[in-house]
Amino acid sequence: MAVSSGGGHWVQLKRVMKAFDGCDLAFVTVNEAYRDDVERGRVHIINDATRWNPIGVLLIVFRIAQILWAERPNVVISTGAAPGCVAIILGRFLRARTIWLDSIANVERVSLSGTLVRHFARLRLTQWSHLALDGDPEYAGKVF
Amino acid sequence: MIFVTVGAQMHFDRLVRVIDEWAGQGGEAEIFAQIGPAEYEPKNIRFVKFIPPGEFRKVMVQADGIISHAGMGTIITALELSKPILVVPRQAALGETRNDHQIATARRFQEDGKVLAAFSDDEIIAGIEALGTFEVSQNIGQHASAELLQRIRSFALGEGE
Repeated sequence: MAVSSGGGHWVQLKRVMKAFDGCDLAFVTVNEAYRDDVERGRVHIINDATRWNPIGVLLIVFRIAQILWAERPNVVISTGAAPGCVAIILGRFLRARTIWLDSIANVERVSLSGTLVRHFARLRLTQWSHLALDGDPEYAGKVF
Repeated sequence: MIFVTVGAQMHFDRLVRVIDEWAGQGGEAEIFAQIGPAEYEPKNIRFVKFIPPGEFRKVMVQADGIISHAGMGTIITALELSKPILVVPRQAALGETRNDHQIATARRFQEDGKVLAAFSDDEIIAGIEALGTFEVSQNIGQHASAELLQRIRSFALGEGE
């Protein structure tokens, strides 16, 4: 299950989906128009929110929990931000293999979401080698 | 056509004003701008406030060059389409965003030779003129690096454990 909010998070998520060739796919994202970007797999559209909007975040938690319950994914991957963060944390409780890929926009430090999920994402990736200080997060290349 | 885009979340009136005034003073380029929730109304260029996500890529395809805030969606799409892009980071000190992470992002991408970047109003004007001759270094294709794809796949499939 691949989860992201809009804009750059979604663009980056799409670029890593080739890693899941041959796998059953489900997407969770935030804009109906993004359905057209998906060649293969189920698409769930939810609301987006930032930490400045607690009610919106609660709604995300509820929707992600529903979708996780229905999908029962083996793997949860996200590029951020809030919806991905929630999916990684809840996904871990459902024993999914959880992957956080921090956005390439974060060149000085890992994002707040990336920091929040560090105990829940089993694979934590940064896209900048200078941020992979002790191999956590790990650097394994970029989305291009 | 040069496509100017500031994203949907916040206005970027400084960027739009600089380009609008440049166009008003005889700047020679057809400009089309997506200006977001703006207060400043351009007088010399074509503009809309928002473009639906489904239309956005089509406008990018038609453009000869892009001028954008340092939003990764726009930057990566420009690189996918091999379009020259001038990145203008939002500055927190001017109330354009909450923190200065766009400045670091723009600087790093500029150092890698992937984009042009402008950190002042004068550099925006110089950048508009430089867009026409900027050589796009290489096409980034549609997928992440092979290294990243392999790392994600092997972890997802539980290899090596």
